[in-house]
Amino acid sequence: MDLHALWFVLLGVLLTGYAILDGFDLGVGILHLAVRRDEERRILLNSIGPLWDGNEVWLVTFGGALFAAFPHAYATAFSTFYVPFMVLLFCLIFRAVSIEFRSKQEHPTWRQFWDVCFSVASALATFLFGVAVGSSMRGIPIGGDKEFAGTFASLIGPYPVLVGVLAVATFAMHGSIYLHLKCEGELQQRVHGWMWRTFGLFLVMYMLTTIYTLATMPRAIHTFKAMPWAWIVVVLNVLAVANIPRAISQRRPLYAFVSSSCTIAALTFLFGVALFPNLIVSTLDPGWSLTIYSASSSEKTLRIMRNIAFLGMPFVAAYTALVYWVFRGKVKLGRLSY
Amino acid sequence: MGLSVVILSRLQFALTIMFHYLFPPLTIGLGVLMVFMEGMYLKSRDPLYESMARFWTRIFAVNFAMGVATGVVMEFEFGTNWATYSRFVGDVFGSALAAEGIFAFFLESGFLAVLVFGWDKVSPRTHFLATVMVSLGSMFSAIWIVVANSWQQTPAGFHIVGEGTSARAEVTDFWAMVFNPSSVERLVHVLLGAFILGAFFVMSVSAYYLLKGRHVEFARRSFTIALLFGAAVSLAEIVSGDSQARTLATTQPTKLAAFEGLYSTEPGGTALSLVGFPDSSQQRVKGEVAIPGLLSLLVHGDLDTPVRGLDQFPRRDWPPVAIPFYAYHVMVGIGFFLGTLTMFALYLRWRGSLFERRWLLWVFVFAVAGPVAANQLGWVGAEVGRQPWVVYGLLRTPDALSKAVKAGAVLGSIGMFALIYALLFAVWVYVLDDKIKHGPDETAPVPGATSVEGLVDAAGRRQAHHGFSMTGSEGREADRKEG
Repeated sequence: MDLHALWFVLLGVLLTGYAILDGFDLGVGILHLAVRRDEERRILLNSIGPLWDGNEVWLVTFGGALFAAFPHAYATAFSTFYVPFMVLLFCLIFRAVSIEFRSKQEHPTWRQFWDVCFSVASALATFLFGVAVGSSMRGIPIGGDKEFAGTFASLIGPYPVLVGVLAVATFAMHGSIYLHLKCEGELQQRVHGWMWRTFGLFLVMYMLTTIYTLATMPRAIHTFKAMPWAWIVVVLNVLAVANIPRAISQRRPLYAFVSSSCTIAALTFLFGVALFPNLIVSTLDPGWSLTIYSASSSEKTLRIMRNIAFLGMPFVAAYTALVYWVFRGKVKLGRLSY
Repeated sequence: MGLSVVILSRLQFALTIMFHYLFPPLTIGLGVLMVFMEGMYLKSRDPLYESMARFWTRIFAVNFAMGVATGVVMEFEFGTNWATYSRFVGDVFGSALAAEGIFAFFLESGFLAVLVFGWDKVSPRTHFLATVMVSLGSMFSAIWIVVANSWQQTPAGFHIVGEGTSARAEVTDFWAMVFNPSSVERLVHVLLGAFILGAFFVMSVSAYYLLKGRHVEFARRSFTIALLFGAAVSLAEIVSGDSQARTLATTQPTKLAAFEGLYSTEPGGTALSLVGFPDSSQQRVKGEVAIPGLLSLLVHGDLDTPVRGLDQFPRRDWPPVAIPFYAYHVMVGIGFFLGTLTMFALYLRWRGSLFERRWLLWVFVFAVAGPVAANQLGWVGAEVGRQPWVVYGLLRTPDALSKAVKAGAVLGSIGMFALIYALLFAVWVYVLDDKIKHGPDETAPVPGATSVEGLVDAAGRRQAHHGFSMTGSEGREADRKEG
């Protein structure tokens, strides 16, 4: 495989890993205020407590890899989305410290403050990720100098907002299925109801987004002509989505979690297929789009990075497996909990 | 307008990086001491070592969370504010950043979960492994970041592709890039600076306990371990600083000239200025106290060869002098103070009278501000001294900006960062203070008269905790919960 395409795929893998892993902990954050009692909120927080930090590393590594492999795409995207990315940063900061600080005092007002910060930051961060994906799908006014040539207004619109809401619905569903795995008793019964409701919301948004995409972006399915096998993923995507309610009603939450993970992976894949071989589509002139060739680092760097990545991957897989193994099972509040 | 975006972006970078850099050195320094304490526990099974390992891990965790939260900002800012810089260095700098992500961050964050939450879930040996891995991970992060930054100071192993505004650096020799002329020396200096901070932090908290007569055995042992470590690394740091200055004379002479306030090159040996007030309008250092010939001796090894001043370089390549001069001098001053302080304390500790000298313990309570300041000032000197370049000799700072970003947006984000960081700082200090006041869990049998005090103290706190809690069981829960 050519190195440029390989790095496109590896970035896709990092993004997929991020969306699946941080997806459930962002989802738990979105649902956080739906429970009221302190003990229940602690169960929600502790279900993700030891894991969220490692999950966020996927985003950090995605950013680092984008910077290294495709510096022009990194520079153009980050400077174009200055304001939304700054807001995203504030959300990520608040989320991290809310989790850490909440448990340090017992006062109800203190805890409520950090609870609201945690939940709002989770929802807003998810929404902004969706907006970024939606804007990338739609394209950005990029000039021949690889610089943003539009105004703030050219970044917002119904489609990015729609994808933003889809992202919130998807992660809320994913998070509720995860929570069902991690809690017990009466709380689990309530979470069962959330799974249905969030799935319903997801399904509506999923269909709306699909229709909108097919109707307004013929480019999105253009690549399928060159890669007919990609249709398999479309079929798998539909099957995975259909399997979520089936697994929920059969009371097989792990199976439902695998299905929602597959759904997220398939959606990320389709996003990648729609873009390929572009990284940022210029709405001004297709020739100005940043592609995996025009935006990339030298072949030598791509090769060094490939070696670093292949060397590091087994370790990453090993740590991730170890941590998930150590913290398997239902949440039990103990003296080390948040 | 262009100028103000430069100033605002530099201001924002300075604010966010300086705030971020409050945390990583403490993480790195504490990590090493935690490895030692837990290793001693595994070896001796002495419960005092266990309570030390657990207590410092709790402090570490709060600090680590702040480091992560403020660290993500840095990675974003290269792209948001310094897009042209990112395009220029991406090929070189990117592989270091990617390596940091895949080797350091995954290692740290994975094992951090086991370190903080895994005490009762894994065996002591596995837990120790996690402590070692987190400590190593935090040092790996430092490696890649310092390598990347050193490449900006002393670029090597690259060639320039393209011209004018679209020029960018491409790697030709990866290992020459990694081991560029300044990276090893700077890495050693940065790591030692972090170790010093970790040692002084532990000594500060321990001295506070000793003064209050709380957790006395815990504090004595923590203090002694940190003092031995702190004394060794403080001395090593002075040696490391000296060898760096020598390299600077050949690799970044304008920076050395700024550090030393050398506006002009005088024939004969160059003096080492100890104190003074540089005045750029008159191009001289006022009220200077200097040792004749010493700078020549340090740099060239003889008393007569002059060290080049700024007059040897075009005016447009001069860095500002005052900020690097003060930052460098105060850092060196702090370094010698810390070295002397630890030597003196070590002598008293050997004589057995250290813990009776309350005034000295008070000095140690506040001395932790020294390494915090020195770590910050070292970087201020290094970064401001590199100006007007962002990549020394290759890319000027004003040319490195994002072309698409307007001053208003940067001003807005600076305001938000200032607000949020002020809030975070207050909460961090509050939580840290609370954890320190709460102290370690008294698992160790405390010998002698102090035990009564310790127990009374602990009982009092337990009582106070029950008063605040809603129910008895929740109170106990909270008490057992770490802070």
